[in-house]
Amino acid sequence: MTRISVTVDGVQYQDDVEPRTLLVHYLREQLGKVGTVVGCDTSNCGACTVMMTGTSGRHSVKSCTVLAVQADGREVVTIEGLADMNGGADRAGRLHPMQQAFHEQHALQCGFCTPGMIMEAVDLLEANPDPTDEQIREGLEGNLCRCTGYQNIVRAVHAAAAATRGAEPEPAPEDVVPGPQP
Amino acid sequence: MIPTSFDYTRPSTVDEAVSTLRAAGEDAKILAGGQSLIPVLRLRLAAPSTLIDLGGISDLVGIRSDGDSLVIGAMTSHAEVAASDLVRQHAPMVAEAAQSIGDPQVRHMGTFGGSLSHADPAGDLPSVALALDAAMVVAGPEGRREVAAGDFFTDHFTTVLGADEILVEVRVPKLAGWGMRYVKFNRVAQAWAIVGVAAAVRRDNGGIAEARVALTNMGPTPIRARGVEQALAGADADLDALRAACETAAEGASPSSDVTASAEYRGHLAKVLSRRAVAAAAGL
Ligand SMILES: Cc1cc2nc3c(=O)[nH]c(=O)nc-3n(C[C@H](O)[C@H](O)[C@H](O)COP(=O)(O)OP(=O)(O)OC[C@H]3O[C@@H](n4cnc5c(N)ncnc54)[C@H](O)[C@@H]3O)c2cc1C
Ligand code: FES
Ligand code: FES
Repeated sequence: MTRISVTVDGVQYQDDVEPRTLLVHYLREQLGKVGTVVGCDTSNCGACTVMMTGTSGRHSVKSCTVLAVQADGREVVTIEGLADMNGGADRAGRLHPMQQAFHEQHALQCGFCTPGMIMEAVDLLEANPDPTDEQIREGLEGNLCRCTGYQNIVRAVHAAAAATRGAEPEPAPEDVVPGPQP
Repeated sequence: MIPTSFDYTRPSTVDEAVSTLRAAGEDAKILAGGQSLIPVLRLRLAAPSTLIDLGGISDLVGIRSDGDSLVIGAMTSHAEVAASDLVRQHAPMVAEAAQSIGDPQVRHMGTFGGSLSHADPAGDLPSVALALDAAMVVAGPEGRREVAAGDFFTDHFTTVLGADEILVEVRVPKLAGWGMRYVKFNRVAQAWAIVGVAAAVRRDNGGIAEARVALTNMGPTPIRARGVEQALAGADADLDALRAACETAAEGASPSSDVTASAEYRGHLAKVLSRRAVAAAAGL
C-alpha cells in the first residue's frame, strides 16, 4: 500500500492505495465518485476523462490510463465537481455551462460518453474559448460516442463557448421536416 | 483488466532513480507518462516487480536553448513540446509530430522521453529524432553518455538503454536555414501512423543543397531513406525532380503487413509521403 494525498472535486483525501490501482477505480470504488465511467480496456474511448493538475496547469487525462499513485499531490476534477470548479459557489445547485449546453442541445442519447465528453470539452474551451467546428472535432478526438453522430455535441460546445464568452448562442438550425413544399 | 501487483517508488533526483533502478534488478521498470506502459500492464503483457516513477524529478521537465542545440527534458509532455515557442522556432517538425500523437488526453500525460524509450515502430518521435540527428543523453551508474539517434533504436520496442539506464534529455541540433515537415498518414481519429515521413531540407541557389529523410513504421526501427537523400543533394527544387528522387524511398526498408496496410502499400506510401514531406520542407 502507498499513501496518497489528493484533492478531488475540492475535497482533500489521504488514502492508502495499492500501486496498481487505476485512478478511475480509486475515484469510483474508494471515493464513490461513480460519475466517471469506464468504457473500454484500450485507452481509446475517453469516457473516463477527468482533469488533473500537472507540470503545466490543469489538463484532461484518461483516468483509466493513470495510476492513483500518479495523482499523489495533485488536484483532480471529475464530472461530479465540475459545476463547482474554480470556486463556482455562485453556481451552487446549478450546472456548469457545458453541462447546461449538452442538456439544451441534446448532445447525448445513452449518455455513457457524456461525462468524459463534457470534461474534454471543458479542457478544450480553456485552451481555446472560441473554437471552429474543426477544432472542436479534433479536440474531441480522444472521446468516442456511439450514439449521437457528434453533430449535437459540436453544437453544444459552440453554445457553451458562446455562453462562457457572454455572447448570444447561435440559434440551432431549424429542423428540416421533409414534405411537400407549399 | 487490473495490472498485477508491483512495488512503487517515486525518486526525486536522477541519481536516486538510477540507484533505485539498479537495486531493484532486471524486473523493475521506469514509469514516465504511463500512456504506453499502463495499457501494457492492464493487458498483463508485462508484470514488472517495481515501477520507478520519474514524475517526481522536476529536472527532467522543460525545454531550453543551449548554444546550437535545443534540449528537451525526457519528462516534458507531448502537449508542452507541441506548444513550445522554442521548439516551433528551432525544430518545428518536432512540434508537428508531438501534436499528431494520439489525442489531447494522451498528449497531456505522455512524454517525449517515454516515446523515444518505448521505441514503438509506429511512434512518431523516433523518426523525427533520427532525421534531425538528435542526441540522447542517458544516465547510468557510470554517469552520463550521449547516444546518437542513429545508434539508439536497435529493434522494435528496443533501444540501447541498459537495464539500469534512464533517458534524461534529448539534444536536438538547431538547423538554421533548413525547412522541415513531418507527414503522417492514418485513416481514423487518434490512430497511429500507417507510415510517417520526417524530412528536413536545406536549399541553396534555387536548388536543394542537402536533405534528410527518415521513415516511421517502415521496419522494426525508424530508418533513414539514404537513397532519397543522395538523389536530393544538388537536385532542382521542382516537383518532378522531387518525385524522381523519392522513388527509392522504400529501398532497404522492411515494412510489415498488418490489419491497417500491406507491406506493399506501405512501400507505396513511403514514396508518396516522402515527396509530400520533402516538398513541404523545401517550401514547394
Ligand atoms: C490512445 C493512444 C494513442 C496513441 N497514439 C500515439 C501516436 O499516434 N503516436 C505516438 O507516437 N504515440 C502514440 N501513443 C503513445 C504515446 O506517445 C506515449 O506517450 C508514449 O509512447 C510513451 O510515453 P510515456 O511517457 O507515456 O511512457 P510510459 O508509458 O510511461 O513508458 C513507456 C516505456 O518507456 C520506458 N521509459 C519511459 N521513460 C523512460 C526514460 N526516461 N528512460 C528510460 N525508459 C523510459 C518505460 O519503462 C516503458 O517501458 C498513444 C497512446 C495512446 C494511449
Ligand atoms: S475507459 Fe476508455 S479511455 Fe478510459
Ligand atoms: S450518447 Fe451514447 S455513447 Fe455518446
